Amino acid sequence: MNVLELKNISKRYGAIQALDSVSLAIAPGEVVGLMGDNGAGKSTLVKVIAGNFAPTSGDILISDKKVAFNKPLDAQKAGIEVVYQDLAICNNLSAASNVFLGREPTRRIGPIKVVDYAFMRSKSAELFARLKSETRPRDLVHKMSGGQRQAVAIARTLLSDAKIVLMDEPTAAISVRQVAEVLNLIRQLSDHGIAVVLISHRMPDVFEVADKVVVLRRGELVADKKASQSSPEEITGLITGAIEHA
Amino acid sequence: MATPTLAEVINRSQHHGLIARITSQQIFWVFMAAVFACLALTILTDSFATERNLFNVTRNFAFVGIIALGMTAVIASGGIDLSVGSTLVISAMTVSVIMSAGMPFWLGCIAALGISLLVGAVNGVLIAYAKMPPFVVTLGMLSVARSLAMVLSDNKMIYEFGPDHDFLLWLGGGSTLGLPHPLIIMVILACLTAFAFRHLRWGQHLFAIGGNENAAVLTGIPVARIKVSVYMFSALMAGITGVLEVGWLGGVTTNLGQAMELTVIAAAVIGGANLAGGGGTAFGAVVGALLIEVIRNSLILLGISTFWQGTFVGSFIVIAVAFDRFRQRRS
Repeated sequence: MNVLELKNISKRYGAIQALDSVSLAIAPGEVVGLMGDNGAGKSTLVKVIAGNFAPTSGDILISDKKVAFNKPLDAQKAGIEVVYQDLAICNNLSAASNVFLGREPTRRIGPIKVVDYAFMRSKSAELFARLKSETRPRDLVHKMSGGQRQAVAIARTLLSDAKIVLMDEPTAAISVRQVAEVLNLIRQLSDHGIAVVLISHRMPDVFEVADKVVVLRRGELVADKKASQSSPEEITGLITGAIEHA
Repeated sequence: MATPTLAEVINRSQHHGLIARITSQQIFWVFMAAVFACLALTILTDSFATERNLFNVTRNFAFVGIIALGMTAVIASGGIDLSVGSTLVISAMTVSVIMSAGMPFWLGCIAALGISLLVGAVNGVLIAYAKMPPFVVTLGMLSVARSLAMVLSDNKMIYEFGPDHDFLLWLGGGSTLGLPHPLIIMVILACLTAFAFRHLRWGQHLFAIGGNENAAVLTGIPVARIKVSVYMFSALMAGITGVLEVGWLGGVTTNLGQAMELTVIAAAVIGGANLAGGGGTAFGAVVGALLIEVIRNSLILLGISTFWQGTFVGSFIVIAVAFDRFRQRRS
């Protein structure tokens, strides 16, 4: 069974063919490195999966069932979570508040519903423990490292029953030590059976965690192969077009 | 020493003791400054610690304090409300006109608060849905609301308030158990605001919007609705103050609350509201208002010309913001 399957997804913007009949299958817990040069269609593909806009043609299947997303919330309900490049985190709030941002649990005191901080803290502590991240729920995100901030954003995806997490350049602007932390977080997600699509420019990061590498070039899928059977050199060739297909 | 386990690290608190936590707050030092100023004035002048003067100070500061609660909410959500002084006067004028026409207090009060909420709703809708900058919208409203108050009253002074005349004066100018009514109302409103900030989703969401509006949108917080409610809350606080201030003065003219927005913004900012959004407390608003009023009062008691007041209030805003910048750069 595949957690996500794309069948002949195309997307046109007027005369521009952003995606040209892209087909891809992702298994539960699989880590997919999505690579390609700027303008190759990576973000378009991610936005189609995340429900930001519908494909011009083609089908999306979640757990072998056909779905149609009209808005990001539809995709979220189907178990697709996105970790945005800027992480969508509020520096002025605690880690626990950030994990539950927009879906704060409440309990009733008489007629009024108050935010249940105790539950938020214990639940986020549990999620951070699952991610093996040394992140304290009460601390303000403002003072946290890049890796801890990633943990907060990723813990958010664990809160809802995510099947697949899309990560947009999570290692682009952080230090080497923090990159290791983030790659660890990705492995943790994978161990929990959650598939991860990692969009990245950084070859070593992709080869470090990805089970499968997928390359887009000018809207076409030119490679879909196991990371262990490929090499950074081959992928570079595929990205630039020096190698036609793999 | 044994290495701590993951669970121990996660559950460890960031702060070590109660004292360290209190002294790390800006508001603690502002409060100490206010207390120090009071002590100094008690020693330096024989007029500060008189019952009459303290009664005046507490009442004056209550008016600024109530509006500063609303202003803190607006500033914490990343906005600004320059129209509070004008909202105050349109509320005061509404209650006055209705009561002087022989209507009961409750009717005038409901109408005044209703008009105030409407002013806030117009501000909020233009800012949240038409996506106009808060500075521009509320600056426009500053002019519009005061002008409407002039139209409403024909720019005359009103000092007769019909059958409930005495009740209105008692509400704004009287006291219970030695405490002026505006002060009591401010304390109640401050507690409610503090509760809403800390314990309601509304509070969480408004601080989230101030911290990172984009994140709030992406996580599905109803940003536009919350923003409208925040400007309505600010206008409501100004409206309540308008009704109380009429009762205290026993009469109202259309220059009531002029330039008050600056004092209120100063109070909120000194109390820790972050003009960049995302920070502020109800207690801070009250303490900021207290400090400003004590300083203002001290200038009068020390015989310094009232012309200097604007210099102090203006400098306070700048210094408070500069202090905040300095602290951020250091951390």
